Amino acid sequence: MNQPAPAPTPPKLPVSLAANPKLSSWLKISSNGQVTVSPGKVEIGQGIVTALAQIAADELNIDLSRVQMIRASTASSPNEGVTSGSLSIQQSGRALRHACAEVRRIFLQQAAERLGVDIEALDIEDGTISGPGNVRTSYWELAEEVSLDRDAMLGVTPKIASRRALAGNSIQRIDIPDKVLGRPRFIHDQALAGMLHGRMLRPENARAKLTELKEDGARTVAGLVAIVRDGSFAGVVSETEHGAEAALNALRKGASWSDGEPLPDESDLASFLKAQPSESTIIDKKTAASPGTAARTIRRQYTRPYIAHASIAPSCAMAQWNGDRVHVWTHSQGVYLLRADLALVLKLPVENITVEHMEGAGCYGHNAADDVALDAVLLAKAASGRPVRVQWSRQGEMSDAPFGAAMAVEIEVDLDAQGEIIDWRHSIWSNGHAARPGRAAQPALLAGFELADPFPRTISTNPPQANGGGGDRNSIPLYDFPSWHIESHRLTTMPIRTSALRTLGGQGNVFAIESILDEIAAERGEDPIAFRLRHLRDERAKDVIRAVAARAKWKPEKRPGIGHGIGFARYKNTGAYCAAIAEIEGAEEVSVRKLTLAVDVGEAINPDGVINQIEGGAIQATSWVLKERVRFDRQRITSTSWTEYPILRFSEVPDVEVEVIQRPDIDPVGAGEAAHGPVTAAIANAVFDALGVRVRDLPITRDRIIAAMEFTS
Amino acid sequence: MPSVRFRLNGAEMEIDADPDRSLLDILRGQIGMTGPHFGCGAGECGACNVIIGDRAVSACDTPLWSVAGKDVTTLEGLGTSERPHPLQRAFIAEQALQCGYCVSGILISAAALLKRNPSPTSREVKEALDRNLCRCGSHNRMVRAVLRAAEEMAPG
Repeated sequence: MNQPAPAPTPPKLPVSLAANPKLSSWLKISSNGQVTVSPGKVEIGQGIVTALAQIAADELNIDLSRVQMIRASTASSPNEGVTSGSLSIQQSGRALRHACAEVRRIFLQQAAERLGVDIEALDIEDGTISGPGNVRTSYWELAEEVSLDRDAMLGVTPKIASRRALAGNSIQRIDIPDKVLGRPRFIHDQALAGMLHGRMLRPENARAKLTELKEDGARTVAGLVAIVRDGSFAGVVSETEHGAEAALNALRKGASWSDGEPLPDESDLASFLKAQPSESTIIDKKTAASPGTAARTIRRQYTRPYIAHASIAPSCAMAQWNGDRVHVWTHSQGVYLLRADLALVLKLPVENITVEHMEGAGCYGHNAADDVALDAVLLAKAASGRPVRVQWSRQGEMSDAPFGAAMAVEIEVDLDAQGEIIDWRHSIWSNGHAARPGRAAQPALLAGFELADPFPRTISTNPPQANGGGGDRNSIPLYDFPSWHIESHRLTTMPIRTSALRTLGGQGNVFAIESILDEIAAERGEDPIAFRLRHLRDERAKDVIRAVAARAKWKPEKRPGIGHGIGFARYKNTGAYCAAIAEIEGAEEVSVRKLTLAVDVGEAINPDGVINQIEGGAIQATSWVLKERVRFDRQRITSTSWTEYPILRFSEVPDVEVEVIQRPDIDPVGAGEAAHGPVTAAIANAVFDALGVRVRDLPITRDRIIAAMEFTS
Repeated sequence: MPSVRFRLNGAEMEIDADPDRSLLDILRGQIGMTGPHFGCGAGECGACNVIIGDRAVSACDTPLWSVAGKDVTTLEGLGTSERPHPLQRAFIAEQALQCGYCVSGILISAAALLKRNPSPTSREVKEALDRNLCRCGSHNRMVRAVLRAAEEMAPG
């Protein structure tokens, strides 16, 4: 397992670099001793810019303080699609590493020529290139004579792991000082010259249409610049933020809406999901060489509700028109993708639109960042060339942004006479988990559906399996069952808007798989960890399970009211390995006391960054499992505030311990979504361990536990 | 328009504005501060917390008139780049955030806590921060950072 790999000689360029081969689009070296690095991926609270800066500084042999990270913009950055799927280290990191390795070599060649020294005899220290006889030059001296306006080539070899000075170290994040000192770093805190403020008018009832809008009340509010209406799209523009709020309140009083479209019954999501028209796909099939004889079959159904992104900040954007060109500032995860959709709505060539990234609050998937950007663009049309900043309300953020999709998962397992698994059937019913902008012929932005001449509402789809799948993510077992059949039913109706939220379907599928495995192991009287290890062939998988078991001293002595459970997954079956052990306490109400996790992301570029991501994911997953559920009646979303959509609070947060298994010779993968599935299952299994009941519907609340107890007794 | 006088981070302020406007709106919209953040507008998340007198209070549902004659401290008043508050140093040392949007309100709640209780237990820190929401899951690091700052501020 631990043998060092030989220095890699990649047969092809990293994906992001192949798509954006020009070296100068990734980095520039200037004569003043600075290196600017322009990744196409963006900071969404995960610390990516620091990890990418580490990679660049390492490969160039320079001090980290020389690196300036440039925010992504369609004006100049490489197009790296969307910052999602825990792929930034994989995609941007590899591309940068390769590009920087090549730039280092180009400068060394130039230095060798100028100094008349063999290239192999040269050393670089913090950008200063020196050779025998005390000859020296530097990146900075050579910067003017070396052009990086050339395409990346094959055959460049980045440093081997042991030669890297920064990667593998917990460097302090470069964005944190601004954030703790209150310096403007978020898009919310930017004030452009002449900036106006916009607010959106949206219906309470789902998809209600604006039938009448009396503007007189709003017209009298001081500071009003414009009322914008196009079909059911409506908003106000004001000189001040409080003026915009006041005008919006007045406008709301003058608005009449249609009834809207009915929502499903929130108390029976599984029946709703299974009754909808759907598109069915066989995800995977495995046939046994010699099928065993089933002694019995167990069938279990698991559900998870719609889950809100519920970022602490409401989404925000700014836009400014100049003739038929528009500049947009956004916390979108994909500046090019947003630009593509804006172009579709505005019927403008993409060249007329510049989309520039600015940091927002924590982003856990496709939230309202893109929607509010179109809102700002449309309101700014009425602003005579002045920039308009639009910020959604908390209520809008909780009801109009896409949600993580509700899921029903049914697993049917055939067991032989010894209780061994001989066949496994896994079926998923869910809306699609992706309706991101920039991917289709029609725009996926909320305002686009509201215009007088509207675009059709996007029905979410699932990413292909090659990209980790959507509703089916993590549905193929990593265990060595002799045969299986995995099927996914994607709904083709979508009364509640869904799109990508951390793990897509991964959380639901891992919850189901790891719960039923736990049940089977318990029925056999077999330790759940031993049972898993016995069915795994992948040593890295076994290592994280063994590591977490050792760290949590599995299995702790049985105490009344305390339970322990385990969950494991490899995110997307191709990404980070993660195993979690939960310790819970409770009777009818459950609290999670401690989570112990072990994770393997390959090479951990910034180990503390990895721990921070895993810790955060574990706590967020605990919140999902114990508390979170988007609420609605038959007309509208009702969980529109923190009171109605509670999340985990400080006093409820478990202790979290994370062990990182460092593998410097294995290409790194992301950590942001690795913990959610394993933690979900670990908590559910710990609930069984403590209380003897299986709760198969998330969230695991007091009501659900009581219902499960009544069902069992 | 009536004016309201109060002290903001030690400096005398006189604000001409509708006294029913929220303190947050005045701090951000009128004065141009970026420390307090808007999160919910309903006093439910703590992102806009400021210290009024010696208590951490959400500025979004505090009307301007109610701070007349009082001392208001925002994140900007805790420390500066040159002289950061021990809490700010501790949050950097512990890397105690992910996105950091909630952190300004959390630093404020923590500063108010340390004023009235200079050596809190971990449980007391959690209680003091319980009305502040963090969505990224950085809670435990933040608690560690507050304890670290308390230790650093302890005399002797």
